[in-house]
Amino acid sequence: MSVLLHKDFTFIVQGITGREAVNLTRECLDFGSKIVAGVTPGRKGREVHGVPVFDTVEQAVAHHGAPIDGAVATVPPAFTKDAVFEAIENGIKLIVVVTERIPRRDVAEMVELAGERGARIIGPNCLGLIAPGVAKMGGIGGPAKDAAKAYVPGPVGVMSRSGGMTTEISSTLTAAGLGVSTAISIGGDAIIGSTYAELMPLFEEDPQTEAIVIYTEPGGRMEAELVEWREAAGSKMPIVAFMAGRFMDDEEMQGMSFGHAGTIVEGVEDSATEKIARLEAAGIPVVERIDEIPDRVKEALGR
Amino acid sequence: MRFYEYESRRIVERAGIPVTRYGFCTTADEARAAAASIDGPVVVKSQVLTGGRMKAGGVKFADTADEAAEHAAAILELEIGGHMPVGVLVDPKAEVEQEYYAAVLWDARAKRPMMLFSDMGGIDIEQVAEEHPDHVGRAHLSNLHPIADFRAKETVARCGMTGSELGRAGRVLAALARLQRDYDMTLAEINPLARLSDGSFVALDAHMEMEDEAVGRHKAMLTEIGVDLGEPRELYEPSEFERNVKAIDAADHRGVIQGKDHGFTGNLGLVIGAGGGSLTLTDAVRSQGGKPANYAEIGGNPSVAKSCGLAKQVLGKDGVEKIAVMMSIVSNTRVDIVARGVIKACLELGKDPAETIAIFRIPGAWEDEGAKILDKYGVEYVDRSVSMWDAAGMAVRKVQG
Repeated sequence: MSVLLHKDFTFIVQGITGREAVNLTRECLDFGSKIVAGVTPGRKGREVHGVPVFDTVEQAVAHHGAPIDGAVATVPPAFTKDAVFEAIENGIKLIVVVTERIPRRDVAEMVELAGERGARIIGPNCLGLIAPGVAKMGGIGGPAKDAAKAYVPGPVGVMSRSGGMTTEISSTLTAAGLGVSTAISIGGDAIIGSTYAELMPLFEEDPQTEAIVIYTEPGGRMEAELVEWREAAGSKMPIVAFMAGRFMDDEEMQGMSFGHAGTIVEGVEDSATEKIARLEAAGIPVVERIDEIPDRVKEALGR
Repeated sequence: MRFYEYESRRIVERAGIPVTRYGFCTTADEARAAAASIDGPVVVKSQVLTGGRMKAGGVKFADTADEAAEHAAAILELEIGGHMPVGVLVDPKAEVEQEYYAAVLWDARAKRPMMLFSDMGGIDIEQVAEEHPDHVGRAHLSNLHPIADFRAKETVARCGMTGSELGRAGRVLAALARLQRDYDMTLAEINPLARLSDGSFVALDAHMEMEDEAVGRHKAMLTEIGVDLGEPRELYEPSEFERNVKAIDAADHRGVIQGKDHGFTGNLGLVIGAGGGSLTLTDAVRSQGGKPANYAEIGGNPSVAKSCGLAKQVLGKDGVEKIAVMMSIVSNTRVDIVARGVIKACLELGKDPAETIAIFRIPGAWEDEGAKILDKYGVEYVDRSVSMWDAAGMAVRKVQG
C-alpha cells in the first residue's frame, strides 16, 4: 500500500507542452504512472510521448470516459490558479502544483476551493509524490531509472519542504535497507495545500507505513501544528525530523530569507532553535545529519 | 515589497480610509511650506524603510513652519539603521481622543487572511494580545467569498466597542481588509488609528507590505502612488556579490542561481545545488568548524555560463581560498554543466581547478559525464555514497590545511 497513489491511479498534466512538463511526462510514464491526457489551451490534437493533448480539462475527461484521479499543474504562475480551479471543477481530487512564485492569495483561493469540493492540493513549489514500485506524480526523483535507484518500497513515509531533499533522504533510507512507503514533496512556500499534520492521518491509516521522516526549515508554524495533531490524535507513529537552516538563527541573518519562500522568520516561534525544542519536547527527535536518520528510524522500529 | 510611510498613507487613502492632511517633502523649504499650509503644530517624520525612528531622533515636533524646516533639514541628513531617508513627512499634530489598532495579515496555518482590531492602539499589539486578550478582536476571512462589512463590525465589537464608534471603526477595518486582498498585502496595518475630538477616525500611521510575487500585477497602482519599481527595497543594502549574482541570473533564463553573503565572512566558498541542499550543507560546513564565505544555490538547468558566473563571483570574494561544489540527489540539474562552469571559472581566474575545488559532490543528472570532466582536471569528487555531512567535512578539512 501507499498513500494517495495506487497502481491504477490516473492523472493529467496541465501545461504538458512546456519543456519541464515534457520531461516530467516521460519520467512518470517510464516509472509506470498512468497519464491519460495532457492539457495546453490551443494545442489540442498534439501528442507528448504518446499522451494526447487537449485544450481543456473537460475535453480530457470526456476523452478518458471516466473520472480522472489527479492533475499535475506546471503552468506559469499567472495562470496557475485558473488551471487548478479548472481541474477541481472537473472533478479531479488530487492536484500537484509544481509552479513556483505563485502569489499567496492565489494559493489560498485554490486551497479553499479544493476544501469545498473535497479535493486535495500538494504544493505549490514542489516536485510531487512517489510511491516506490507503484507510481510517481511529478518530477520527484528524476528519470525513472534514477528514481528507482533512490526509492525502494519500505516502511517509511517521507514528507519534505524541499523537493531535492525528499530524494536525498529517501535515497539514504533506501541505502540503509529501509525503503519508503510514499514520499511527498509538500512544497516550500508559506502557504501550501497539505501540511505535515494534514497528511499524517493518511500515513497513519496506511498499513505499509510504520514510521515518518520529515525534512523541515525555519519559518512558519507547521511543526507546532504537527505536534498538536499528534497529541490530539494520540498518534504513536514514530517521527524523525531533520532541520536545515540552523545558521539562520544567527543575529546577522534575522529577517533574511534563504532557499524557499517559506523560510523567512517572522518571530522567535518559527526559528530553528524554537522548532527543534518544540519537536523534541513532543518526543520527535531532531537529527543534525541526514545520515543519522536511518539509525534513528531503526531504533524507533526496534530493528 | 516594503513601503515608506508616505506611500502607505497614499495606499490607505486610495482605499477610502481617512488620513490627516500630510505632506511628503524632500527639502527643508518644502517642509516649511507644508507646515505653513497646515497652520498649526506639526510632526516631522523621517521616511526610511526601518523601525526605531523615534528613538533615533527621526521624529520631531514643531510649533512653527521655521521650526519644521529646521527639523526637516536635520532629519534629512540623519541615517537610521544604515538607511538614509528619502524625505520627510510633515503631519498635523492631531487632537487625539483615543488610539486604536487595525490590521489584516495572513494566518498561514488557517490559510486565510485574519483581521485584527484593538481599542488599545499605539503600542505593540503582541503585548496587548498577551496582557489584555479581551481587547483584541480577530476573525478570519474567506479567500473566495466577498468581504462582508458585518465581519469587520463583529471583529470590532469583539473588543467591546459599541455606539457610533463601532460603525466608524468597522468601516475602516472592512476597507483595510479589501485593500489587503486587492493589493496582495502580506501586512496591512494602521497603528495608530485615531479617533479625533470630532468623533472621526483617521489613520495616523500605516504600514503596508506587498508580496514580492504579486508586484507585477499591481504596477498601475504602484506607479500612481509614485513608487520607483527599479529601486531595491531590501532590509539591507545588497553587496556587490549579491548584485552581481542577481545580474548573472537575470541575463539568462535557463536555470536559477542565487547568492547571498550578508553576514558571511569565511574562507570556504559554496556552490550548492538547490535550496534545501544549500540550507543543509551550510549548516554541515559550520557544524564541522568550517567558515562559509557565502550562501548559494543552483537550480533548474543553468547554462555553463551561468554556473561559471556564479563560481567566479564566489571565487572573487575577499578571503575565499577554496570552493566546495556540492549537489544533492536532485532530479534535473545537470552536474556535467555545473562541473564545466566551475572549472571554466577557475581557469579564467588563473587558478588550478584541482587545487581550488576542495570537493565536488556529484549526484544528479548526467553524473557520469560530470565525473569524466572532473577526472580530466584532477578535481576530487565523491558520489551519493558519501553523505552531505561527510562531503562538507572533507571540504572543511581541505581548506583548513
